[in-house]
Amino acid sequence: MAEPFRISGTGRLTPARTARFTFDGKPYTGLVGDTLASALLANGVHLVGRSFKYHRPRGILSAGAEEPNALVEIARDAARKTPNVRATVQELYDGLTARSQNRWPSLSFDVGAINDVFSPFFSAGFYYKTFMWPKAAWKSLYEPNIRAAAGLGVSPDQPDPDHYASRYAHCEVLVLGGGASGIAAALAAAESGARVILADEQGEFGGALRFESGAKIEGQDGWAWAQAAVAKLAAMDNVRLLPRTTAFGYYAQNFVGLAERVTEHLSNPGHDLPRERLWQVRAKKVVIATGAIERHMVFADNDRPGVMLASAARSYLNHQGVAVGRNVGVYTANDSAYAAAIDLKKAGVSIATIVDLRDNPTGPLVDEARALGIEINHGRAVVKARGKLRVSSIVVQPKNGGAERTIPVDALITSSGWTPSVHMFSQSRGKVAFDQETRRFLPGAYAQDCVSVGACNGTDNLAAAVDEAYAAGSRLAKEAGGKAAKGSKPKVEAGENWTGGMLGSAPGAGADTTVKAFIDFQNDVTAKDIRQAVREGMRSIEHVKRFTTNGMATDQGKTSNVHGLAIAAEALGKEMPEVGLTTFRAPYTPVTFGSLINHSRGALFDPTRRTATHSWAEARGAVFEDVGQWKRAWYLPKAGEDMHAAVNRECVTVRKTAGLFDASTLGKIEVVGPDAAKFMELLYTNPWEKLESGRCRYGLMLREDGFIYDDGVVGRLAPDRFHVTTTTGGAARVMNHMEDYLQTEFPNLNVWLTSVSEQWAVVAVQGPKSRDIIAPLVEGIDLSDDAMPHMSVREGKICGVPTRLFRMSFSGERGFEVNVPADYGLAVWEALWAEGEKHGACAYGTEAMHVLRAEKGYIIVGQDTDGTVTMNDAGLDWAVGKKKTDFVGIRGMARPDLVAAGRKQIVGLKTKNPKTVLEEGAQIVGNPSQPKPMTMLGHVTSSYWSENCGRSIAMALLMDGRSRIGDTLFVPMQNETIEVEVCSPVFFDEKGGRLNG
Amino acid sequence: MAKLADAVRNPALAGREFSAAGVKVAVLPPAHRISLRAPTQSVAALSKALGLTLPQKPKGSAAKGTRTALWLGPDEWLVMDDGAKDPLDACASVDALHSAVGISHRNVAFSVIGVGAANTISAGCPQDLSLGVFPVGACSRTVLGKAEIVLLRTAEDAFRVECWRSFSDYVYGFLTEAARDAAA
Amino acid sequence: MLLIHCPYCEEERSELEFRNAGEAHIARSQNIAAISDEEFEEFFFLRSNTKGVIFERWRHIHGCGRFFNAARHTVTDKFLTTYKAGEPKPDLDKLGLDKPAAAPVASDAEAGEPKPKKKAVRRAPAKKGDA
Repeated sequence: MAEPFRISGTGRLTPARTARFTFDGKPYTGLVGDTLASALLANGVHLVGRSFKYHRPRGILSAGAEEPNALVEIARDAARKTPNVRATVQELYDGLTARSQNRWPSLSFDVGAINDVFSPFFSAGFYYKTFMWPKAAWKSLYEPNIRAAAGLGVSPDQPDPDHYASRYAHCEVLVLGGGASGIAAALAAAESGARVILADEQGEFGGALRFESGAKIEGQDGWAWAQAAVAKLAAMDNVRLLPRTTAFGYYAQNFVGLAERVTEHLSNPGHDLPRERLWQVRAKKVVIATGAIERHMVFADNDRPGVMLASAARSYLNHQGVAVGRNVGVYTANDSAYAAAIDLKKAGVSIATIVDLRDNPTGPLVDEARALGIEINHGRAVVKARGKLRVSSIVVQPKNGGAERTIPVDALITSSGWTPSVHMFSQSRGKVAFDQETRRFLPGAYAQDCVSVGACNGTDNLAAAVDEAYAAGSRLAKEAGGKAAKGSKPKVEAGENWTGGMLGSAPGAGADTTVKAFIDFQNDVTAKDIRQAVREGMRSIEHVKRFTTNGMATDQGKTSNVHGLAIAAEALGKEMPEVGLTTFRAPYTPVTFGSLINHSRGALFDPTRRTATHSWAEARGAVFEDVGQWKRAWYLPKAGEDMHAAVNRECVTVRKTAGLFDASTLGKIEVVGPDAAKFMELLYTNPWEKLESGRCRYGLMLREDGFIYDDGVVGRLAPDRFHVTTTTGGAARVMNHMEDYLQTEFPNLNVWLTSVSEQWAVVAVQGPKSRDIIAPLVEGIDLSDDAMPHMSVREGKICGVPTRLFRMSFSGERGFEVNVPADYGLAVWEALWAEGEKHGACAYGTEAMHVLRAEKGYIIVGQDTDGTVTMNDAGLDWAVGKKKTDFVGIRGMARPDLVAAGRKQIVGLKTKNPKTVLEEGAQIVGNPSQPKPMTMLGHVTSSYWSENCGRSIAMALLMDGRSRIGDTLFVPMQNETIEVEVCSPVFFDEKGGRLNG
Repeated sequence: MAKLADAVRNPALAGREFSAAGVKVAVLPPAHRISLRAPTQSVAALSKALGLTLPQKPKGSAAKGTRTALWLGPDEWLVMDDGAKDPLDACASVDALHSAVGISHRNVAFSVIGVGAANTISAGCPQDLSLGVFPVGACSRTVLGKAEIVLLRTAEDAFRVECWRSFSDYVYGFLTEAARDAAA
Repeated sequence: MLLIHCPYCEEERSELEFRNAGEAHIARSQNIAAISDEEFEEFFFLRSNTKGVIFERWRHIHGCGRFFNAARHTVTDKFLTTYKAGEPKPDLDKLGLDKPAAAPVASDAEAGEPKPKKKAVRRAPAKKGDA
């Protein structure tokens, strides 16, 4: 028979709209509008999972996001597998495939359930105490096995084929929760013209009106009113409705993270829609209308499948038309379970009994239950639930002890009262306060511009809640700049109202017992575990939480927190507020990584920056390296060449004829204004005032502490205009550093800085033939040595387009750097290449550039320096303007430690065996036979094979290095000790004659 | 020596465009751009030379003909010209204290047009783009995902997005992906 | 994510557009080359690291580009005010803003009754990170 537990004539779903699905391979049919949980229940399926630690059979506890048990895997295909989906939240769609988790070989027979038998060994703190020894076993034995056995669900093992979206949103009023209160607040705010966002985690708005059959608003059934009100909101331009959207995190200044599940409920989502959308909302005001969560009763074996919350049973009945059993028991300590019993009874479900812990419950609901002929066992407790894979009976006993009576049931619904959902309020850094009268935590002092309304604020009565919410929505919208609400507040004619209940363990699960009375189903924490934690010395609730794992992980204490707190308080002999409440943390419910990173995947993970000549190099088989976000040609191998061969050829060719190198990634800053030179004097160690227009200088920049920060060649284009270059990696921070000093230390200077890094593409043409290569293309610039000596800059034209032509060299050869507007970079490169080919020039990459500069002993800031190197250490004392009285770093470089003897200085190293290439980072010692740990004298900063020198070359930072030139030292490596001779860092053309060669 | 052909201009992403429901992202042709820096006392002289009044209010812009000036900071403007005249030339004759630096090739511009335009940009830009807060003509340097952009609202449903040249692949990729989701 | 009022843009903007730039109101000597080691230490290395209201620098780096100052409470992260570079430190007593707007959630914070301590100092670079 199809759907044996669907009761025709009840619920709001359309019987004809069926949806097929499978659970653990077995096919079932449900209705559109079902959740997976309601569809399973309609088919009589309660057993849906195994617990985390003990592998106990578990059923469906709730009908919402608080569900701790019914976590399943939903698989659309091999790549689209989502573990730990709450069956109570997952909307049914045709073709849905769900699987239970944490069981082997099957859900009904699970080998891991042996843990339940051995549960005395798995008590609170078990892992902390047991797997301590031997230490080595942790990594090799314990952890892998615990990891394999524990945990719920399995992560998908294929790349996620879905895409995710992101949206920043701004509004005057953000309403969290779309129940009666949230809708009322949204209506009031929206009527004032304010921008309103209303978010709710369910597929349809309405919240508890889904099951509250007694609610009447504006002459309608509560649910019908909710739908009408939402339709009204949907028609307003200033309202954004976000169903299936969970507010998962409340951050500073009303910044709230919302996760919208866009396609999770669709049978065929297609490829256009994102699977989820992350909303980052900045709201002027936030209305928290998150409602309350019903608590279960804590008694022995209260986790049997078929034991569930009373409100959940009522929701399944009144919304989806599903009975949770045929002979339902009720166990309660407050009135709300009566309402569920009455609804079930009226729908034709037999109510085996209502067991009420209260002595003499009274009131209309009690009377109505009696009138319907329901047996009420008051002053009694359920001390045990029987049945393994499904509850079969309950054992009832007077609450102070006495004769036991067993009552057969096929489901047991329980309620120990309602916990206001203060998660969002607490996340907003608001301080909860304990209300002695109703024994619950309610919003106290607010930290942000938000208001709690309705059940989450302890306003239990529906009419009062709607009033409070409407007033809040209206007031907040007005405060945020809206007008007064134009509408009128919804009139609540009837509503339900539950207070009271109990906290902690029920009779039969007290301190003198050893039964398993669960408080946190997801983490398998029992009342006994909490007491044990207290016995073992935990005093703070935060310690109890960590020791027992109560309320941890994804559950975040939705159903468990206050039960655990009450038991801990009792065991400590303290009042609950003295013990305190643990912190509620984001996320409220789990958020996928896909949603959090949204667009930042693949090519959009991080910007990939390419130069204007990238395509040219790519077409010639260049191998690129990442330099920050840039892709730079590393080397350009010819057919059959490996990296070594390519780099050797490039290095030799540059010194023999010439080479072309893309230097576009260097930072470039145009410094303009009458005080430009004065500013340069302050930011660089060098003197600039007397540098003539048209000339260049190697500039060295220190931090205030006296260490080298950056370097680069600077050209003076005019008395009031400098073209500054920086290292590639330093471009952004040097600009920031310069702006910082200009704006805050030297604000009176008339000078401005503009980044032109990307305005200019730069082709370095280096080598003895460099002038011959550029000459035919250049117009208006005299390239003769007399007219344009080394370290000069000219403005003119190349290939008919403007150029800033630098004569400079980072190779030690005669060289030019051709700056052209970036869009011309490729064409100018191609023209230069055509000229270069006539001379046998090559294109070379960053590796050859590094080797060539190392042959000349030129440092690279960030490679040969590490933020602790001074000008003197680097042998660059000549770059300081000796007469200057101020520049950044002038005082720092004079600090005692920076001028003391024994500092590490940059030197060259030659290996005794010229073929041996040192490893960069390798340490240098004086005596390789000394006992470990050896005294380390320095380390290798740069090391290469130099084809031009016919040997390996290296640079190093070495203690008192310059005084050790000629000494023999050692570089101990894992398999050998390498003998090196300390030398000058200039390995090639020591006199520098080739700059004009 | 024979006169060599002038170098060909290869603008980044030239001619690329992408359409989705309710929004179109297109790469705009090259334009003249300068970064103009000046103290308040030079604004009048520069405005006169440029032929438009440099805006002095945050997020303000001014347009005349093919020329647009965007307030980026209290002493900083981005002046663009989609026509033939380089604003750099206009500034060259101004004696008043200022700094004008040509950055025509530094930036790449995109147009984002359609009812989904604001949603497209809101995928990665944290600013409030509602018309009350970011009206037509409003502009700002801000961020889009992991890149810095300059944003100008050219019409109720139209924006111009400027980014640095090497970020254009990223920004175009981001805008096209965001555009797919913008109709929602 | 914080919302920061830029005194130049006259608007609150997302923290994404800003970058923190360390403690404010630390003046670089006009004659820095002549200051003593102790003075340099005080200027460059010593920072107050206050629990409570601090004065700090921010740069609206992805906005107007300006550096400015802010008074912020380090416990609540709340900005009390922001003001332009070069303007004097605001008098917090006058603004009536010297108290934290709210304490942190009690159970999660190290239960700390504020102990009068010697001025806490910590070595830290004044400016940005290392190369």
